[in-house]
Amino acid sequence: MIRRPKPERFRLRRTMMFMNAQKPGLIKDAYIYGCDSIMLDLEDAVAENQKDAARFSLYHALTTIDYGNTEVIVRINGLDTPHWQEDIRVCVAGGADGIRIAKCESAKDVQTVEAAVEAAEKEFGVEVGRTLLMAALESPKGILNAYEICSASQRMFGVAISGGDFRKCMQTKFQPDGVDMLVARGQMLLAARAAGIQCFDTVFTNLDDEEGFRAEVLQNKAMGFDGKSLINPKQIRLVHEVFAPTEKEILQAEKIVRAFREQSKAGVGVFTVDGKMIDVAFIPGAERTLRLARACGMYEGDLV
Amino acid sequence: MEIQKPAVAGTLESSDAMVTVEPGEGIELSISSTVMNQYGRQIKATVLETLERLEVTSGRVTVVDKGALDCTLKARVECAVFRSCDASDANIPWGGAIR
Repeated sequence: MIRRPKPERFRLRRTMMFMNAQKPGLIKDAYIYGCDSIMLDLEDAVAENQKDAARFSLYHALTTIDYGNTEVIVRINGLDTPHWQEDIRVCVAGGADGIRIAKCESAKDVQTVEAAVEAAEKEFGVEVGRTLLMAALESPKGILNAYEICSASQRMFGVAISGGDFRKCMQTKFQPDGVDMLVARGQMLLAARAAGIQCFDTVFTNLDDEEGFRAEVLQNKAMGFDGKSLINPKQIRLVHEVFAPTEKEILQAEKIVRAFREQSKAGVGVFTVDGKMIDVAFIPGAERTLRLARACGMYEGDLV
Repeated sequence: MEIQKPAVAGTLESSDAMVTVEPGEGIELSISSTVMNQYGRQIKATVLETLERLEVTSGRVTVVDKGALDCTLKARVECAVFRSCDASDANIPWGGAIR
């Protein structure tokens, strides 16, 4: 039986690829694509009369298949369905790294799931606190309550918006410039950053529109997202490319961190690097760039 | 468990298997597979082992295999048996009889 290592609450999550937990052909070798996380879906991708079969399939996939460093998250059914409790039992028993709460609207929703997760951890002899949580915001209410959701639990590592349902609620449609979801994305990002957790954008569903996809990913990066949900392996590479730091950014970050460490030893708080003012406020960002660069195989130094 | 009524789990898609269970005397197993020559014996062993773990001692079991991995085969047999007892929706013994 595969025992996955203890999940890390904060790790690199540029790409999170959805796949139907009921389809053995999909989930048996999902680690080969190189996405940071896979999202095994018990919710919308699984027909109502196959929810039971999907759980058996999920349990054996989780305990038999070695997904290596690919994080394994499971999207469970909504709290308004008869399925979510058994979904949680199977996730915890199978040792999934995390659970994605669908249609999350309040801190109470997170706490309801957390209580069931803890009960399952005790039932199956799993370390209490091991199973991470993330929430999907799919409604205006979820977006308005984003901060209380993001800060509802120590298990929460991130929050994601679900475009399809959200646009439906708002009576709008996909817009190439993102204006349909601009406020929602912004509000969710603010909440996630204020709570100190990660933030992920929705899927891009038109697989033939490569230009549109690129534009959306560039906007995601510019807005400050940590990553994006995907529906197809062919979308992975572009997201990794866009989210990777450039050579110039890496060099700059390296210089800043190095200079900061030297200067602070000498008792200097503010100084310049290449003509730009640098103080302690720039350091977390520069260190983050270096960590990201290391994960992308672009940095091999010893500063982070 | 006792197979109480006919039940099916799985599909005929590639990498999957469709398992049908029906009440019957003793275990009657019939297998057809796209990889019968290479894996027939292993498929039979996995199905029988799974039935034994579930303490199923009688029933007709039909497996139409499309190249399923062992873990998929187990999942389909288990689901079909639990469905035949109307017990597939909740309180599954994960890590117990299901492992």
